[in-house]
Amino acid sequence: MFRQKASSIIIILALVALMAVTGYAQDKKPYKVGAVFDITGKASWLGEPERNTAKMIEEEVNAKGGINGHPLQLIIEDNESDETKTVNAVNKLIEKDQVLAIIGPSQSGTTMAVVPIVEAAQVPLISCAAAEAIVNDPKTGKERKWVFKTPQKDSHAVMRIYEDMKSKGITKIAITTGTDGFGAQGRLQLKKYAEGMGITIVADETYAPGDTDMTPQLTKIKGTDAQAVVNWSIAAAQSIVPKNMRQLGMTIPLYQSHGFGNIKYAEAAGEAGEGIIFPAGRLLVAEKLPDDHPQKKVLVEYKKAYEAKYKEAVSTFGGHAHDALWIVIKALEKAGPDKAKIRDEIEKTTGFVGTGGIFNFSLNDHTGLTKDAFEMLTVKNGQFDLLK
Amino acid sequence: MNVSAILQYILSGITIGSIYAMVALGFNIIYSATDIINFAQGEFVMLGGMIMVSLVTGLKLPLWFAFPVAVLAVTLIGAIFERLCIHPLKKPTVLTLIIITIAGSILMKGGAMFAWGKEILSLPHFSSEKPILFFGATILPQVLWILGIITVAVALLALFFRITITGKAMRACAANRRAASLVGINVKRIVLFSFALSAMLGAIAGIIITPIALMSYDRGAMLALKGFGAAVLGGLGNPVGAVAAGFLIGVLESLGAGLISSHYKDAIALIVLLAVLFIKPSGLFGSGEARLKKF
Repeated sequence: MFRQKASSIIIILALVALMAVTGYAQDKKPYKVGAVFDITGKASWLGEPERNTAKMIEEEVNAKGGINGHPLQLIIEDNESDETKTVNAVNKLIEKDQVLAIIGPSQSGTTMAVVPIVEAAQVPLISCAAAEAIVNDPKTGKERKWVFKTPQKDSHAVMRIYEDMKSKGITKIAITTGTDGFGAQGRLQLKKYAEGMGITIVADETYAPGDTDMTPQLTKIKGTDAQAVVNWSIAAAQSIVPKNMRQLGMTIPLYQSHGFGNIKYAEAAGEAGEGIIFPAGRLLVAEKLPDDHPQKKVLVEYKKAYEAKYKEAVSTFGGHAHDALWIVIKALEKAGPDKAKIRDEIEKTTGFVGTGGIFNFSLNDHTGLTKDAFEMLTVKNGQFDLLK
Repeated sequence: MNVSAILQYILSGITIGSIYAMVALGFNIIYSATDIINFAQGEFVMLGGMIMVSLVTGLKLPLWFAFPVAVLAVTLIGAIFERLCIHPLKKPTVLTLIIITIAGSILMKGGAMFAWGKEILSLPHFSSEKPILFFGATILPQVLWILGIITVAVALLALFFRITITGKAMRACAANRRAASLVGINVKRIVLFSFALSAMLGAIAGIIITPIALMSYDRGAMLALKGFGAAVLGGLGNPVGAVAAGFLIGVLESLGAGLISSHYKDAIALIVLLAVLFIKPSGLFGSGEARLKKF
């Protein structure tokens, strides 16, 4: 009896599946877009929200009838946060799946590994990683033809911090940075722009990413005449430095990088986290933006949809995938299944309102954002708030 | 260079050094019983901190109650790890055992990632968070807790080894395993004890450090590395040496960061470690005989 029932259910399911398949076949051919994210491994905290976001958008687009009637087929690959596996995944997407465009990877390192491949294969790629070398060839100083990215630039974060300091009359600062890629890159940018902005770095300290105590570095800083500390890291150090400063009785303001944009860091810092100033995309304060802010609608909609679907707090990293995929979709709408035309359309993108800012790509700018994409935020009563 | 800054460096060094000392002790206990380096030692520290956070902030248990529960839980994990992974081996060689501990460490780290997620977790301080002024340097009350608890733990451990039969049996095993088994000591049980005991030490270290250093699933490896450095510097198999070397590495790191340059902080500690090993391969306090037995 049970077996009969089960087999009849299977037959019905098979029929439904067949109908669905033939239904598609009658329709237009799907547009294939590849996505490579660091879903597992050490950068999974980047790749996971990006994967979730991309899947959510794929469903949304197809529920609304696809792109000009063509369903969007997203082929998602996990590179395990590993450069070699990223190369394999991208080769597979290009050779076997013949995708029209690729979004991802999540880290600067994994992206840099595949930049030469997409350039040679002439497939447009929109990275979700921040390093400027991704879009700009440091040797020639020119933008790479086939590569774009959606996260804001590190240098813009530095400039926003320095602007805020200038407005407060701060001219002498101390910097503490992690020795990982993010911290090292931040240290370079902080030093590069200091002089031009009239700021002197009086102490330059570093720590290893796994370090749990920065009191030696901060004691040294305490002995200088620094008027503020800038800490640049994506590790637990972001919560430990404020705690250590409090322990040492340091009352000068603490600035952190956009890496601080996860409320967990503020929670872990507890009371010591109050008053930290940092630049970040506006997703973290979506609801607190004035109603007439151009990004408010996009941000609130994305945040609500994501949090309802995945039952976890939205992160700016998922936002980078959101922006990348929508830019590709808009380009597909105009260009159709032609890689070179898609690239041209991406480069022509202007006034695209994303979660990271308002994108205006051009021949000489494949990041498309200005420093105004960053908002200066602070921690107030354990929550992120706009710095006033 | 003023005195209070130097005092601050030394205090910071002692705090972090005491944790290295605890990890180094854990390495020593297992090494004495089995000749192997337990690469999962750092994970015990991580698990101690993580379980404590869950008990205190999740289940809202009071600190004094959560502390022994967390220690017991990790001790059990250590014992279960030994029973499931080390004990069943028919022909245990040092190399396979070490590889097993590496696998165990990856497993525990992955399990912790699933259980607690990738975020960093915090724990309230045991008492006030208000720093105490001490000759111009500041010291957190939590640091006094750390130093106090570690002193008690090490003292109890020393008593355990001197007074109890099990402790004496463990020492006998460390001295000569074959002879110990000939006089009727159940060596396999001693191995179980050694894992449980070093898991316990790791858990204690993890719990007391979490209020000031926070904890996340991937913290174990770095602590294990530093603790291993301390164990080797002190001379493997020498508990007193391990504790002393732990403090030494902590203070060297801190002074190096403060007085020379924070860019070379880890290098300074490692250069000292290398230099000592070149001049005295058995470690600072190791006797000539107690070299790495099976390597």
